[in-house]
Amino acid sequence: MWAALSLALAGYLAARLLGPDKTVFLPGATTSGHHQIELACGVCHQDAFGGGPVLQDACINCHGAELAAADDSHPQAKFTDPRNADRLRDIDARQCIACHVEHRPDITGAMGVTLPVDFCISCHAGVGEERPTHAGLDHMTCQTAGCHNFHDNRALYEDFLLRHVGEAPVRATPRRPQPVLPVAGDDLNALRLAQLDAPADRAQDAAITADWAHSAHARGGVNCTACHAPAGEPWQDRPGTAVCAECHQPQVQGFLAGKHGMRPAQDLPAMTPAQARLPMHAAAAHSELSCASCHRPHAYDTARAAVQACLSCHDDSHTRAYEGSPHHRLWLAEQAGEAPPGSGVSCASCHMPLRTHTDAQGKRTHTEHNQNATLRPNEKMLRPVCLNCHGLPFALDALADPALIERNFRGQPAQHVRSIEMAQENQERDRRRRAAEQ
Amino acid sequence: MSLRPLARLAAVGLAAATTAACTSGSDSGSEATSGISPQVMADSLHAVMESDRTVYTRLIVNRLQNELGVIEASEHWKDDKALVLPAQMFRYGAEMVAEKNAPFSYSLQSLWAVNKQNEPKTDAEKAGLAFVAENKGQNYYTEETLGGKKYFTAVYADVAVAPACVTCHNDHKDTPRTDFKLGDVMGGVVIRIPL
Repeated sequence: MWAALSLALAGYLAARLLGPDKTVFLPGATTSGHHQIELACGVCHQDAFGGGPVLQDACINCHGAELAAADDSHPQAKFTDPRNADRLRDIDARQCIACHVEHRPDITGAMGVTLPVDFCISCHAGVGEERPTHAGLDHMTCQTAGCHNFHDNRALYEDFLLRHVGEAPVRATPRRPQPVLPVAGDDLNALRLAQLDAPADRAQDAAITADWAHSAHARGGVNCTACHAPAGEPWQDRPGTAVCAECHQPQVQGFLAGKHGMRPAQDLPAMTPAQARLPMHAAAAHSELSCASCHRPHAYDTARAAVQACLSCHDDSHTRAYEGSPHHRLWLAEQAGEAPPGSGVSCASCHMPLRTHTDAQGKRTHTEHNQNATLRPNEKMLRPVCLNCHGLPFALDALADPALIERNFRGQPAQHVRSIEMAQENQERDRRRRAAEQ
Repeated sequence: MSLRPLARLAAVGLAAATTAACTSGSDSGSEATSGISPQVMADSLHAVMESDRTVYTRLIVNRLQNELGVIEASEHWKDDKALVLPAQMFRYGAEMVAEKNAPFSYSLQSLWAVNKQNEPKTDAEKAGLAFVAENKGQNYYTEETLGGKKYFTAVYADVAVAPACVTCHNDHKDTPRTDFKLGDVMGGVVIRIPL
């Protein structure tokens, strides 16, 4: 009887393990960062018996480049020195999982951190003695918005704060960076409708061909077969992400690294709004996310991709508050030609900002398609986004006010972050000391 | 066959140090280590570290910043499009060595550290930093146990070799000491070799 039951259970578990639905093996709800790929167990558990080092490699495979780009304030190499052996007994900061344990919703806080929020005290208990501005702070607020992050402090370090003292809430000329396009509008390679090279039985939809004729693809000399039959391959009606990546590599790389494309990046079927944990429109529940879902094929209207595409799926309060917000009014004015280029603020302006990269043709710009790259912690947004238009004091306060963010920045910040004043106080303390020494 | 720590050390350290003589090409752990004491190893590593950093400080930072005034060196070198500070150059090297899982470790510390995390922490560090500050020209050697492992620990004085060292440290708003002079001991290099 027991043998039969055990065999049945083993058979059932084996079938689940080998089948597509492995949910039975999930030890606990996965964090919002990983839930999309939670059934691709092998992405993190690369070797079932590999333990810590294997898990660490898995973390670094996906997050290492971002940490390096963020000038990680606490890289692993800072903790391997034996002088830190006693500290590692409290928190083994050589391992990501010391602070980020997966499948533990009961202890998971902001940023997927599974330590008590005052963990900084383990190493920085004496900060109040070296920084009188910090005396008496209880370490519960170190990582409050606008003060410190464990990894990314590029917009929070003291001298950076000091450089932005006294800035006005809005800059004299608030503008988004503008793209550097490869072709300067001379249309030398531009293709016209009559030149399209699709087989006759494929090019019969006038709306599609008209969209194409007005697209940047046509202007840049990219004909039908370039995407639908690349390199002489058989015609495909719906070219995949890989075809886009042939020309738009950094964009696709960002897409695959973010919440929109992380499933196909792990060979899982495309993400759909139905699988999202954020509120989404029911009507969009089963749309599959690919390049084409935001960039309507053939038209490739970037303005639509920057707002309407987002609003067609996302249905949370921040998104719902966008239309009619100050940022949206600026966007409408720019789109109507009533305001200068770069003066409007779309969803993408903040969540998918312009980045610079260098390729064989020199310095180029591309849109960061990893929506998470500027999102969490939200101070990541300061340098590439907020500071283009706003002064740092205002931007720090705004990002520290969750209610203001939820209202999509209608109104003024109700929070005030004292970090810039603290930096000034520390500078003043040094000035007084030197005056006394003379 | 895995090499014993000292033999691997010899391969890593002495390949870098031009003083290498006896171990290259040998896979045999015990033979490879027979001629090298931890102290000789640490002294050799330190000779490389000190020389490289002095070259960088004098020929790059002090010359281009202090003498010619063509480029600044800055703690925030990326944002300021500036030269990396000599202390940062040293630390980044130490971090890269750590990333390679080299069997030794080293760090730059001071009794007057700008960043308090770089003050001496273990008893050996505290004794060593004090010793090299008070006994100019002498090194400090000891053994210590950290995290259940035994180490040979050597501490070497870190001396202000160029005006850039002195001005930068004296002027930093977080420095606990503002009266360094050229030739002063400003801190120490701590090298640890597992025994």
